[in-house]
Amino acid sequence: MSTNKELISKIGLRLDGRRANELRRIRCKLGVFTQPDGSAYLEQGLTKVLAAVYGPHQVRGGRSKAQHDNAIVNCQFSMAVFSTNERKRRPRGDRKSTELSMHLQQALLSVIKTELYPWSQIDVYVEVLHADGGIYPACVNASTLALIDAGIPIKEYVCACTASLANNDTPMLDISHQEEIIGGPTLTVAALPMSGKIVLMEMSQRFHLDHLKKVLEKALKGCRDVKQILDEAVRLHVRDVGSSTGWAGTG
Amino acid sequence: MTLCEAEKTFVLHGVEENFRIDGREREDYRPMELETDIVSHAFGSARLRLANTDVLVAVKIEVDTPFPERPFEGKLEFFVDCSANATPDFEGRGGEDVAIEISNTLSAAYHSPKVFDLRKLCILKGRKCWKIFVDILLLECGGNLFDAVSLAVKAALWNTQVPLIRQIDIDGNNVELKVSELSDCQRLDVKTAPVMVTVCKIGEHCIVDPNVAEEQCSVGSIVVSVSENKFSTVLQTGTGSLHSSTLLDCLKLGYKVAQRLDDALWSTLSKIQPTEDVGFLK
Repeated sequence: MSTNKELISKIGLRLDGRRANELRRIRCKLGVFTQPDGSAYLEQGLTKVLAAVYGPHQVRGGRSKAQHDNAIVNCQFSMAVFSTNERKRRPRGDRKSTELSMHLQQALLSVIKTELYPWSQIDVYVEVLHADGGIYPACVNASTLALIDAGIPIKEYVCACTASLANNDTPMLDISHQEEIIGGPTLTVAALPMSGKIVLMEMSQRFHLDHLKKVLEKALKGCRDVKQILDEAVRLHVRDVGSSTGWAGTG
Repeated sequence: MTLCEAEKTFVLHGVEENFRIDGREREDYRPMELETDIVSHAFGSARLRLANTDVLVAVKIEVDTPFPERPFEGKLEFFVDCSANATPDFEGRGGEDVAIEISNTLSAAYHSPKVFDLRKLCILKGRKCWKIFVDILLLECGGNLFDAVSLAVKAALWNTQVPLIRQIDIDGNNVELKVSELSDCQRLDVKTAPVMVTVCKIGEHCIVDPNVAEEQCSVGSIVVSVSENKFSTVLQTGTGSLHSSTLLDCLKLGYKVAQRLDDALWSTLSKIQPTEDVGFLK
């Protein structure tokens, strides 16, 4: 590890040995649990996230919240108390988790075809098991997989990725916790990679507008890369499930 | 999940004939999977999957000050978190009742020094001790939470590495500790740690390891925690009332099954190899 805390070394390697435009290793699995309608597990580097989807089902807690033309999407973000290096006191309910729940809802509402399920509710729960930077992107990506596993119609994949700027000129992709601490602005983007639309963009620090274009470009490329990986996982999963049921009902 | 009368009768008849809905006998457990060391940055961890009950336990250790009334003892704290992933009922603060019930039962079960010796966690009398946080995350509830949690906790504590103290510098009120590297640690002694068994009374018979449907049919259940050959806590749950002779039968059954369960856990733990990180990807 470099001691002078450079984000990118002279030969172009980052602290964990990646190049500037490389994602961390993403491993994922659909259908990890049996009780939820859809579930997924996603590892992005050391960040580990579980997502579960329940629904569409009847609106819980009174019909006053129900909408006559849309389904409501209810998200809850929660972090295991042991997920960070320093033990957390509470798994949820603090400001950061409330904010992340709202952002997650925003990203998912943009892709779920809610108009198909009036008077109903879809619950998305994410649980962070290990936090090592890029929690929000990992949650969005895992939720997408869980929605697909639950068979809820979505317009397209919604993927998220972070990007940052190293040494004031090189954009970097997929920021780890260590790199977050060292500094540099972090740009979080949730996008629809196929149509190229952005559903959420968040900038953490003061940042010159001139750099925004290339960092955003980099983050969008990250989203497209993530989509490739997720798509591959979904196809593999569908193939496994399909072949184990003998492709029942498709012939 | 709610059952109708016919379904309840079906479960009841199954228990009477010693052939339960999933083909088990009254004293049988569902298949279990145990993994240790799956949370890389914790001092010890375990994940237990009992059919579709899923529990993840991680152990974290911090330096703390002992209680003034017990200067020679360390601290042990249990925290249960009911993840909403398990059931939407746990959303927000919904799982708190279950969580508190489980963590209080665990604290009671580990309370006695014969069960878990807190004096080994003392670093400096009255000044410094280790505080062990046992964090339990319920990821899926398929019945029989107590048994699954107690086994996972025992496995996680077995897996825990407590750092060794190399040097203590005392300067007035300041105490500085030099702690060994993670590669050089000692294991906790959990041979006597309790194992909990839930005994459920359905009709005229008692069963162990109830699934969700059977839990609904039960008139009452007893959770016994057994440490080696002694009971460490007994807890009666549910709304029904039990006759004292039935209660004794339940205790006897619980004791017998707990012994078998403990043996099975030890033989499994001794066979566990440090493997590649599989976790949830399996």
